Amino acid sequence: MQALEKLVGEARSLATGELSPSANEAEVGRIMSICNACRYCEGFCAVFPAMTRRLEFGQADIHYLANLCHNCGACLHACQYAPPHEFAVNVPQAMAKVRGETYSSYAWPRALGRLYKNNGLTVALALAFSFALFLLLTVQVTGGLLHEPLAGNFFAIFPHNTLALMFGAVFGYAILALSLGVRRFWGEVSPGEISGEASAEAAGNVLRLKYLDGGHGQGCNNEDDAYTLLRRRFHHFTFYGFMLCFAATSVATLYHYLLDLHAPYALNSLPVMLGIAGGIGLLIGPTGLLWLNLKRHPLHGDAAQKPMDRGFIALLLLTSLTGLLLLALRDTSAMGLLLAIHLGVVMALFLTLPYGKFAHGIFRSAALLKWSIEKRQPNGLQLGAE
Amino acid sequence: MSNINSPAVDVLIIGGGNAALCAALMAREAGATVLLLEAAPREYRGGNSSHTRNLRCMHDAPQDVLTEAYPEEEFWQDLYKVTGGNTNEQLARLAIRGSSQCRDWMRKHGVHFQPSLSGTLQLSRTNAFFMGGGKALVNAYYRSAEALGVQIRYESPVDRMEIVDGQFQAAWVGGQRIAAKACVMAAGGFESNRKWLREAWGQNADGEWPADNFAIRGTRFNQGVLLKAMMNAGADFIGDPSQSHCVAVDARAPLYDGGICTRIDCVSLGIVVNKFARRFYDEGEDFWPKRYAIWGRLVAQQPSQVGYSIIDAKAVGRFMPPVFPGTQADTLEDLARQLGLDAATFVQTVSDYNAACRVGTFDHTVLDDCHTEGLLPAKTHWALPIDKAPFYAYPLKPGITFTYLGLKINEEAAVHFAGKPSRNLFVAGEMMAGNVLGKGYTAGVGMTIGTVFGRIAGTQAAKAVLEKGVEHAGA
Repeated sequence: MQALEKLVGEARSLATGELSPSANEAEVGRIMSICNACRYCEGFCAVFPAMTRRLEFGQADIHYLANLCHNCGACLHACQYAPPHEFAVNVPQAMAKVRGETYSSYAWPRALGRLYKNNGLTVALALAFSFALFLLLTVQVTGGLLHEPLAGNFFAIFPHNTLALMFGAVFGYAILALSLGVRRFWGEVSPGEISGEASAEAAGNVLRLKYLDGGHGQGCNNEDDAYTLLRRRFHHFTFYGFMLCFAATSVATLYHYLLDLHAPYALNSLPVMLGIAGGIGLLIGPTGLLWLNLKRHPLHGDAAQKPMDRGFIALLLLTSLTGLLLLALRDTSAMGLLLAIHLGVVMALFLTLPYGKFAHGIFRSAALLKWSIEKRQPNGLQLGAE
Repeated sequence: MSNINSPAVDVLIIGGGNAALCAALMAREAGATVLLLEAAPREYRGGNSSHTRNLRCMHDAPQDVLTEAYPEEEFWQDLYKVTGGNTNEQLARLAIRGSSQCRDWMRKHGVHFQPSLSGTLQLSRTNAFFMGGGKALVNAYYRSAEALGVQIRYESPVDRMEIVDGQFQAAWVGGQRIAAKACVMAAGGFESNRKWLREAWGQNADGEWPADNFAIRGTRFNQGVLLKAMMNAGADFIGDPSQSHCVAVDARAPLYDGGICTRIDCVSLGIVVNKFARRFYDEGEDFWPKRYAIWGRLVAQQPSQVGYSIIDAKAVGRFMPPVFPGTQADTLEDLARQLGLDAATFVQTVSDYNAACRVGTFDHTVLDDCHTEGLLPAKTHWALPIDKAPFYAYPLKPGITFTYLGLKINEEAAVHFAGKPSRNLFVAGEMMAGNVLGKGYTAGVGMTIGTVFGRIAGTQAAKAVLEKGVEHAGA
């Protein structure tokens, strides 16, 4: 009987486009009801002030709060109701589990959302495919993996336009898929009009990673109840390293098409210097994040998502490692091989952007913008003197 | 094992909450070697301090998270009022003044403050909130203590004290004797000891043992072992041994550690009935923060120590959300049935109340003019008819926060035997709070007493063992 009712319920949900809450969503709802009656953690981040504007937690609210949570861990260590208390309140873990589900459910196309599950496999397959692709292409072009030194001229192996087209297309697809996913997320809770003030604040919160500062500036938690700024700093190395690498590529593209200046560029040229700086950032950042991830308190986050976290970190690390190696050895006969490996890694990174850990930055930013808008709206609740 | 007669440490701290940690940190900073014994395992360390959220602070001008001023005299008057004069002015003023000087020291040891939480605007002037609450404070103190070299042992409940002529010799944990040159006791009251509570509350006219139906809002580790030991050792006591601070909490609260979230904040917005579906007290007498403690006792005096706070749809969104969902019904009859109350009596009680309501301008943020006429007991404010479905009910039971019985002390926090202060035995926190807070309560004052007297006790204990008596900055 119960099974039948469940089926009927599911069919109805499908018909109305509303899904019945998952066990993980129900757990966030349960925990938020406890937190909303306590509120001690209000100072740590945006999740709790957003919570206090609500009395009930529907699916959309839960998705929003889950993506607003930075998994900093502060509220877990400060919680009087954390396990082994019978209330078993673990906000970061409950939020992380729902977050993982939302990445899948927002994915575009929806069918590819399952790539978020077993994400370690997704990353490995993308990497294997990309390696194979570029190694085969190299062999086809040069007749082998080693060749006479080409003075760092990548384009002697892969024509510039070929690479621009391949990577442009994949990157464009990633942007499109993520945008459609974020649009789905945005439509669930409509907090109001976007103002310049709200956008500026949200951008600041994203770029400074405000909510990894613990609310007091001493940072978030990692392996225990002590605060550390390392997670915030390593994120900054990673993010700004990535952006510098991106800037290096963009500048080189402008040089190529606008100034008719063609690669290889000298070591002291702008694209190479940007690339080196970015590459170093992308070495330090992911290495640090991996180290922190390995030491992370077992109750933080969702253990099932560790392969996704580490897969993404590994791709970023391999990107910088192979890129810097390629730069160092670009005048040798191994350039073609290293180029194929580097391009393979970058291709795998681009292919998995919309189906991997990269998405957390996108949905987190959208949630922060929602919060910056929402907090400027009048609060409908008048709870009075408590 | 070393010679049992040579103390392993200078200062032994018994207890692991705020007062104990303040004492440990001060003694260590003064140069003493310190061992702290916490009865609880690490994950339950900190006692009732883990459930606290703020410190009541004297200040003469706005300070970081504190608005306006809260001068000594006003703090003293507040304390005098809530205790009904059942306080020691000298010690109370010591606590008050101490509260104005301790926050920089607390910050140094990793405590972060934040402005008052949402829904607690009335405390923004008087109380400094701990960011993340009391457990974050406790964590910070433990980290600092470990960094300073304080030895910490968990799961080490002291079961026996060795005291000779009013001087501390050693404490026993299981079969192990732990000697020290001085000792600070800060191990909480006896509220977690169900047997003792049962005796203290006794039996009522219906033959019930009311305390059997109480929830303990805090730790399960405050068994009162040290209080008993000190009674046997002949120490001087203060405070009514049968009294405890008791508030109305959700009857579905866990037996221990329900903490803040089990409170029910909608009493003043509706009516409260007992298990016979009858009202028994003015629900609108004053603002809820000023009345929740009275309601603990009121519910304790009802049959089966239970009450039901009844509201209608109009009240939703006007009070802090409760942790457990209310019983919900579209009719009063159905609500009564779900609660197991006599439906006819319940409907009569509500109709009588509704008919007596004289509605003026409802405003739950002030003592408004909505009241009842010709109803006993009256409801003197916020009296709106209960007539808009759905109706909600929240069950109430008494929740014990702490006990008042404590050791008599002087300004050095020294334990007294027949009026004479001990040279090396000190006490802080709930075990001596009764000196300042003989009855009643006001938000954050427990942490004020624990912090100030914890710091004093730690300083004095260190002074007692270090020949020169190191002067401590800011002590």
